[in-house]
Amino acid sequence: MKSVEELLAIKNKVKGQMSVRSENEEGNVRVLVGMATCGIAAGARPVLNALVEEVAKRGLNNIYIAQTGCIGVCQYEPIVEVLEPGKEKVTYCKMTPEKAVRVVTDHLVNGQPVAEYTIGAATK
Amino acid sequence: MYRSHVLVCGGTGCTSSHSPEIIEALNAQLKEKGLESEVQVVRTGCFGLCSLGPIMIVYPEGCFYSQVKVDDVPEIVEEHLLKGRIVRRLLYSETAQAEEIKPLNETNFYKKQHRVALRNCGVIDPENIDEYIGADGYQALAKCLTELTPEEVVKIVSDSGLRGRGGGGFPTGRKWSFTAANKADQKYVVCNADEGDPGAFMDRSVLEGDPHCIVEAMAICGYATGATEGYVYVRAEYPIAVERLQKAIKDARAYGLLGKNIFNSGFDFDLHVRLGAGAFVCGEETALMTSIEGNRGEPRPRPPYPAVKGLFGKPTTENNVETFANIPQIILNGPAFFNTIGTETSKGTKVFALGGKITNTGLVEIPMGTTLREIVEDIGGGIPNGKKFKAAQTGGPSGGCIPAEYLDTPMDYDSLLKIGAMVGSGGLIIMDETSCMVDIAKFFLKFTVDESCGKCTPCRVGTRRLLELLEKITDGNGTMEDLDTMEALCYYIKDNSLCGLGQTAPNPVLSSYRHFKDEYIAHVKDKKCPAGACKNLTQIVIDAEKCKGCTACERKCPVGAISGTVRNPHVIDQSKCIKCGACIETCRFGAISRK
Repeated sequence: MKSVEELLAIKNKVKGQMSVRSENEEGNVRVLVGMATCGIAAGARPVLNALVEEVAKRGLNNIYIAQTGCIGVCQYEPIVEVLEPGKEKVTYCKMTPEKAVRVVTDHLVNGQPVAEYTIGAATK
Repeated sequence: MYRSHVLVCGGTGCTSSHSPEIIEALNAQLKEKGLESEVQVVRTGCFGLCSLGPIMIVYPEGCFYSQVKVDDVPEIVEEHLLKGRIVRRLLYSETAQAEEIKPLNETNFYKKQHRVALRNCGVIDPENIDEYIGADGYQALAKCLTELTPEEVVKIVSDSGLRGRGGGGFPTGRKWSFTAANKADQKYVVCNADEGDPGAFMDRSVLEGDPHCIVEAMAICGYATGATEGYVYVRAEYPIAVERLQKAIKDARAYGLLGKNIFNSGFDFDLHVRLGAGAFVCGEETALMTSIEGNRGEPRPRPPYPAVKGLFGKPTTENNVETFANIPQIILNGPAFFNTIGTETSKGTKVFALGGKITNTGLVEIPMGTTLREIVEDIGGGIPNGKKFKAAQTGGPSGGCIPAEYLDTPMDYDSLLKIGAMVGSGGLIIMDETSCMVDIAKFFLKFTVDESCGKCTPCRVGTRRLLELLEKITDGNGTMEDLDTMEALCYYIKDNSLCGLGQTAPNPVLSSYRHFKDEYIAHVKDKKCPAGACKNLTQIVIDAEKCKGCTACERKCPVGAISGTVRNPHVIDQSKCIKCGACIETCRFGAISRK
């Protein structure tokens, strides 16, 4: 390595991977994936991984992604909840990795919840 | 991309309580569950709360699991990592009190800490240079080599107000400027990692948890002072630190961060590791350099100072591990970042190794000027077993004690000197009412007698005579004249010894005599040890009124000193008693005590 640019390139690459290790700060958007037996059986793990990867790829650093237990409506699993400070909770259901990517782009990046994936739309 | 990171402490403390086996079990379990591409296991340096080791932190939740056993691993993997259910029984009790888990940096132990030197310890994988770079590593070196002149680097360090963390407290910037001012064909940088104080492990933890920051700081020092070669002198008793440091140097070389023409700046710098054989005197700077040169580790008179004639007769800058650990942060964030922390004359933070009679044994980094009371009561969690705080020993065998009436003294260089103690290298041993101050002074003196290199007479013979006086006192044979002789001898050794070892060896005696004079007098006049610690001055007695004659103590006594018949009070034969105290622990009626 002979240039500062090369050093910065390594830093930027690794920093994103290490961001998981910071304490959850107030004001962060929290994304919770239901990972009880029902969630796992319905395929929550690929959803969780897709969320983590998409968020890292876009370098979003104020998003906290974690697992949570059973929310109680097992027939709608995999369920993903998005909690933004000061806003109503948005609950997405019957998620897939593809849907997860769209939630990241539309909701987390552009602030537009994807209405058709929400539990409200599914129960109508 | 890993969705979850499991950080397991790989410091010496947790390693000895089997953290490597925990890591092994974790990896095996993750593989079995098919989680190895989702969960990353990282072996880090010390988290600080050593008394609760082995420690594991799981992110993103930030769950702090303490005293984890290998048998707990399947449950952690199955419940937490697979299903997202936190294993509450393993959580550090303070974080688990409410429904929501309390973040670690809001707990009493971490709340008042401010981590500068330890900022990467317990956060990154010390054996992975990329993680260090990801945490702004080598940015400070890059900034120095590409943007700053050596003079500007020295000025930043001077302006930061950083003082030597090895105990001396000499301004680091001034030290660097002396070496920089001397012209020579070869100059050296030396890092003193020969941490020898009993109970001190600050430098070890930095080397184990963040070895690259020392590599980076030494290269910066080399650039600032005009040195192209550096030596780290580290104790052979620190195998993990040595291994990680050697790997760090190798990786830095491979990345071109050490070697020729670093960052195309024309600056060359390389590092070597030298292992010390564990002689305390080699922590003294001139003895350390003599030892690196391949000679017997003995000090030499100063002047000439190392900045003029140091290692191999060349101008040398020598700093302690913790001093170096602050440098990259100071360069990156500017002197104001550092000199706004701490007090008027003591800037920045100080790492202390907290030990002795205290609930939270471990490593803490606090802003200079934090009071001893905050360290003991808030961060340290107070004295265990309902005992009372008696004194704290700072600076190990070179330092002094701080009695309870000075609990509100700010911990900084000048305030501590004023009360006859010192910041020292950072060992902080807490004593409760069962500790005898004369006995403690004797303990430290025994250490210096063993470790005196023998080159000068005041230290070699003087400390030995001083120890004999203390033994006489704790055996109950001391006279009041002995106390006067003891004090005079202390000053004689201080004034006449060649190096820091001898000059500071009487400090534990002098400071305990200053603050606990009546305790010394009690040993001499009343032939009593008020704390009940000096075996030759205490008796173990059975209270005939409380004794029920259960015979439990009689059966427990290893030397058959207790006799009596069933349901009648027992008695101890003092000529046989070895004062082991086994009977006290056995008695269910509290009838036996030390007098």
